[in-house]
Amino acid sequence: MISIQLLMIDLWFGLEKLLLIGAIISFSLVVAMYTTFAERKIAGFMQDRRGPNRAGPFGILQPLADGLKLFFKEEIIPLTSNKSLFVIGPALAMLTAMLTSAVIPWGDHIEIAGRTISLQVADVNIGILYVFGVVSLGVYGIMIGGWSSNNKFSLLAAVRGASQIISYELAMGLSLISLLLMTGSLSLKTIVEQQMQGGWGGFLGWNILYQPIGFLIFLICVFAECNRTPFDLPEAENELNFGYHQEYSSMKLGLYLFSEYVNMFISSAVVSTLFFGGYDIPFVDEIALTATMGANMVALFGFLAFFAKIAFFLFLFIWVRWTIPRFRYDQLMDLGWKKLIPLALANLLITAIVILALNK
Amino acid sequence: MTFWESLYLPAIFKGMAITFGHMFRKKPTINYPEQKRPFSPVFRGLHVLNRDEEGRENCTACGLCAVACPAEAITMEAAERQKGEEHLYREEKYAAKYEINMLRCIFCGLCEEACPKDAIYLSETFAPSNFTRKGFIYSKENLLIPHPVNEKEKYEVAKGLREEQLKNK
Repeated sequence: MISIQLLMIDLWFGLEKLLLIGAIISFSLVVAMYTTFAERKIAGFMQDRRGPNRAGPFGILQPLADGLKLFFKEEIIPLTSNKSLFVIGPALAMLTAMLTSAVIPWGDHIEIAGRTISLQVADVNIGILYVFGVVSLGVYGIMIGGWSSNNKFSLLAAVRGASQIISYELAMGLSLISLLLMTGSLSLKTIVEQQMQGGWGGFLGWNILYQPIGFLIFLICVFAECNRTPFDLPEAENELNFGYHQEYSSMKLGLYLFSEYVNMFISSAVVSTLFFGGYDIPFVDEIALTATMGANMVALFGFLAFFAKIAFFLFLFIWVRWTIPRFRYDQLMDLGWKKLIPLALANLLITAIVILALNK
Repeated sequence: MTFWESLYLPAIFKGMAITFGHMFRKKPTINYPEQKRPFSPVFRGLHVLNRDEEGRENCTACGLCAVACPAEAITMEAAERQKGEEHLYREEKYAAKYEINMLRCIFCGLCEEACPKDAIYLSETFAPSNFTRKGFIYSKENLLIPHPVNEKEKYEVAKGLREEQLKNK
């Protein structure tokens, strides 16, 4: 009977996936929260002062205080704004920031009670394409936010933001095509597994050794996608009156600001996965380790190694933000269209020639 | 721009090296209120109404400080010294009510310069904060220095480090 066949769906599988999704979402939120704290602390240290150190020991509870402050503020929705779109804008920004985390492999697999649970929510075989699709959707969050505010400054800032994002998506895609020529698969899990095959415990397999220019282009485009300095014109305080989220208050503003940090976190994860070997522990032979320690410990160490790489990239984001001034709008467009796209195309050409020569 | 300059990257790396180096330098921040910066010996802080060595109030409510005050922060009411109060007040006239509005005071020190009896001076204490406007109107009890004979320790604390600082100079 059909009903019995429907009940044969593995309920445990659904439960595993739900728990994994919940864990990943809460982990992303907590990491984004502490990235805001790390940003203020590191910014302080780079400017010869200490960051916040009053809330809790060494200021650890500062992000909680910030979150609570945002909850307690007054919720202002402008009278002439488009009310439904006004509320949807930040929700969309946060949604697209979270959606990308579904295809990132956070570890190899863990074994509990005889079942093998893979630490990736959805191992689709078009992993990178899915990431791109969702990033393109991120434009909507900004545009809707700018349009629904009914404010000329917001609209201008949103238009700048949207144009910046779509310009840098092109160079990002082109640099990834060269990577694709090397790996032959779009699935993120396959890319990580291929990188783990290299010598020296996986270190020689890391894609950055074979695609340094591709990595550079991808990193610059990721800075532009997250609206981080030097590309933070859409939220420029001095020029555009605080940009496309100037009309927002309380938790809607909180969602916008937060989704930027979640975007940063997820982008660092994608960069680490594609170029730095994901959950691969360098200089360590994972297969031998699994025989001695068991799969769960290896998965844990892999996850910690992954997190160390993500932390390094988050530090890089913050470091670059507090060093460089921002680009002017025409310089930004110039860089995206006239410099990065030809460079990515040249990279593609060189990669193709080298692969062809090596295969002969 | 030269070729290397137009790449942007070498200049960016140089800048990043500088910011990274700054992270490890000594910070000039002071953790107030655990650590405080020392004030100079002539710092003008909160007002103190003085007493002489036997503990009698110096102030005779002459009103010169109120007239000298550019912000009109001082108000007072005079009263006559009665028979049994000789140990309390120095002269026959004394101030029954003496109020300084700290919100109006600009801590200029003109009242200290105007006083003929050496009765008011500005100490080294920083003015504290408060929640209401009323809490800022300091009355005579708040301003008087503690009794040098009856409350010796509090008097020594209230006198502060001013004399030592001036002596060491």
